[in-house]
Amino acid sequence: MAMAALRREGSRFAPLLSPRPITAVRSSPLAPSHEDEGPIGVRYISTQVVRNRMKSVKNIQKITKAMKMVAASKLRAIQTKTENSRGLWQPFTALLGDLPSADVKKNVVISKGLHKLNSGPEKETKYVILGEKAKAQLIRDSKKDIELIMTELQKNPLNYTQVSVLADEILKNVEYDALRIVFNKFQSVVSFVPTVSTVLSPEIVEREAESGGKLGDLDSYEVEGGETKGEILQNLAEFQFSCVMFNALLENACSEQGARMSAMDSSSRNAGDMLDRLTLTYNRTRQASITTELIEIISGASALEG
Amino acid sequence: MFRQASRLLARTTASRRSRAFSSDVPATPAQDSNFIESWTKVIPNIDPPKTPSSFMAPRPATPSSIPTKLTVNFVLPYASELSGKEVDMVIVPATTGQMGVLPGHVPTIAELKPGILSVHEGNDVTKYFLSSGFALIHANSVADIIAVEAVPVDHLDPALVQKGLADFTQKLNSATTDLDKAEAQIGIDVHSAMNSAITG
Repeated sequence: MAMAALRREGSRFAPLLSPRPITAVRSSPLAPSHEDEGPIGVRYISTQVVRNRMKSVKNIQKITKAMKMVAASKLRAIQTKTENSRGLWQPFTALLGDLPSADVKKNVVISKGLHKLNSGPEKETKYVILGEKAKAQLIRDSKKDIELIMTELQKNPLNYTQVSVLADEILKNVEYDALRIVFNKFQSVVSFVPTVSTVLSPEIVEREAESGGKLGDLDSYEVEGGETKGEILQNLAEFQFSCVMFNALLENACSEQGARMSAMDSSSRNAGDMLDRLTLTYNRTRQASITTELIEIISGASALEG
Repeated sequence: MFRQASRLLARTTASRRSRAFSSDVPATPAQDSNFIESWTKVIPNIDPPKTPSSFMAPRPATPSSIPTKLTVNFVLPYASELSGKEVDMVIVPATTGQMGVLPGHVPTIAELKPGILSVHEGNDVTKYFLSSGFALIHANSVADIIAVEAVPVDHLDPALVQKGLADFTQKLNSATTDLDKAEAQIGIDVHSAMNSAITG
């Protein structure tokens, strides 16, 4: 660690370490335009370049700080919503269990990108994509597998009505055996966990219920209302889908804002570091130019005196 | 009945055991091992994604005797109204009518129509008006009520309810397509339920 510090210090002083005498300042490894030659051979060193860089880095730092504030405020707003909506999918998982390994023919994967799920040979997988980023990523290799693309979801703050309309669209257009929703679950500002939520279609639920296993006791539940059990299960599946989708979108938005906040934070910190280094360089250049001028004046004066 | 109870007990203890491990290693619940295996076969470098069951507190097992209290979880999309509250009885507005749920109720899945949910705890009764949703009653005397919208009954404004009812009746009369008629009918149902909630 000491070596690293020394190396860092060395890199700071490197431009002026070797050029100790005045003549060597002329060949300083600082940007060549630091040195300008006047018409009679008078040398003066300009700090213009360093000053320009400092100004631009300072502006960048301001911008990234502002973006971090914006992301932080958006995160705060959406985080309370997300925590409140966390209770929403729990009853469904308690009832229907969680079957990521259900063996189905048609998988429909809904995601905002950054995940690719592969499956076996007889299973076909279709993608429903939410958001522009996912579209860019998945359109390249899985173009034929994409069913629906939905963009511009973040224009208005998320609420349940919007999500239920979205869920309605998806359910109308896509036939599925299992819907897998892939999203980033928000755990803290710096940690997000990729999660897969599965919603099974009513037929598959029936099948799994009959074969025993996790859903084996679904038959023991009496069904009230409606004409047939199948109808109720259908409604239940659709409701489950919209609830899980709502939670997933909120969690994803939270994770996105959190990631943005930490990215902006590290970027402003980097800009700050860079600014410190540039300030040191600027001061050294300024002092060197003053020293040069002084020495020239004094040597000129002493030459005149005799 | 005892066969069912023991089957449920086996299921919940199995899942509880696996959930205890799921905090140490992300990949362990016994039921999801197929998923983990197939994932690692295809993509060995990345950790498998989590599934919702690893984020849920385990549900209590089915007791062998009927418990004295019913545990109610009442959730809405934007809030959990009641979570894990122990009450004596709840009355839910199922599509087949008001259904009372006591501890030890048969496991049921009930679809709800707009109406009043009342929660009875000792001598206090709290009433909420629900728009619609589902009620899931499990064998371990846990009731999950999921509704899209719910308001306490004293937040309903009678004047607005009457006006809404009049509006929707008029819309029904002037509706042409089936969709409009269905929407107007839904509006009338909800408003008349609200009306009876306020008066009754």
